[in-house]
Amino acid sequence: MKWFMVAIIVGSTVLADLLQSFEMKRHVVAVEDLRPGRLAGMLRGLAQRGPLVLAVFFMAISFFAFMKLLSVADLSFAVPVTAASVVLETVLARLVLREKISALRWAGALSVACGVALLAV
Amino acid sequence: MASGRIVVEEQQLTSSGPNRVDLKTKLLTAFVVGTNVLGNFAMSWGLKHQAVVLGLSPLPYIRLIFTPWVLLGTTLLILWLLSRMTLLGWADLSYVLPVTSIAYVFSAVLGKVFFGEQITWQRWLGTVFIVVGIIFVGLTAANTTKQERAQ
Repeated sequence: MKWFMVAIIVGSTVLADLLQSFEMKRHVVAVEDLRPGRLAGMLRGLAQRGPLVLAVFFMAISFFAFMKLLSVADLSFAVPVTAASVVLETVLARLVLREKISALRWAGALSVACGVALLAV
Repeated sequence: MASGRIVVEEQQLTSSGPNRVDLKTKLLTAFVVGTNVLGNFAMSWGLKHQAVVLGLSPLPYIRLIFTPWVLLGTTLLILWLLSRMTLLGWADLSYVLPVTSIAYVFSAVLGKVFFGEQITWQRWLGTVFIVVGIIFVGLTAANTTKQERAQ
């Protein structure tokens, strides 16, 4: 059950982030759209974009699976194990989103993942 | 490439040079981190100060959502979600993920200051790893992919 929940959390987090990153780069939100007067229009626009709606759905799955994981495992297990998604997402950002990831960025991502894991010890 | 659109290269999105992160990206990153940390803190504060027993019935959850601190937390976390989406349009996923992880550090500090949580040497070491990682990633270009923008 524990590892099944971990797989659901990591899988749905990765899918949610990839979908958001892909869709938000297809139609970038301009700085002007963040003004209070235009915010409602921007929100309406976001709600009509299928990949973003799907991303929010996956985030909800990840959230409820994390709640379930906390009921069967310690926080000191749950946070470090889900921090692994940082590394997995960096790999997929390279392969799927075609981001250019330098050695420095790899080192940074690994360091952050280790740090997040240590914070929960 | 569809007509009526332009391809914006990485260098054009940055203020000066390929490795500089422009001001709007820095400000939005700070906003994403701030709403995440304060949103989680407000939720945590609200939940710790409510004597509500949460079971299977949805009513206590709904009542809880409309208490001031939980409502503030929920509002901030909605702003976090929207601002993070916007940031993902401006910067790489492999940039946003590590850089916004500084929120874990701030949350740990707030936990110590307001809830009296213990920070062990492992947590301090974790903080150092996160900060070093963020410095590394911060030295790289925020956006390395081609983008299409509506004209």
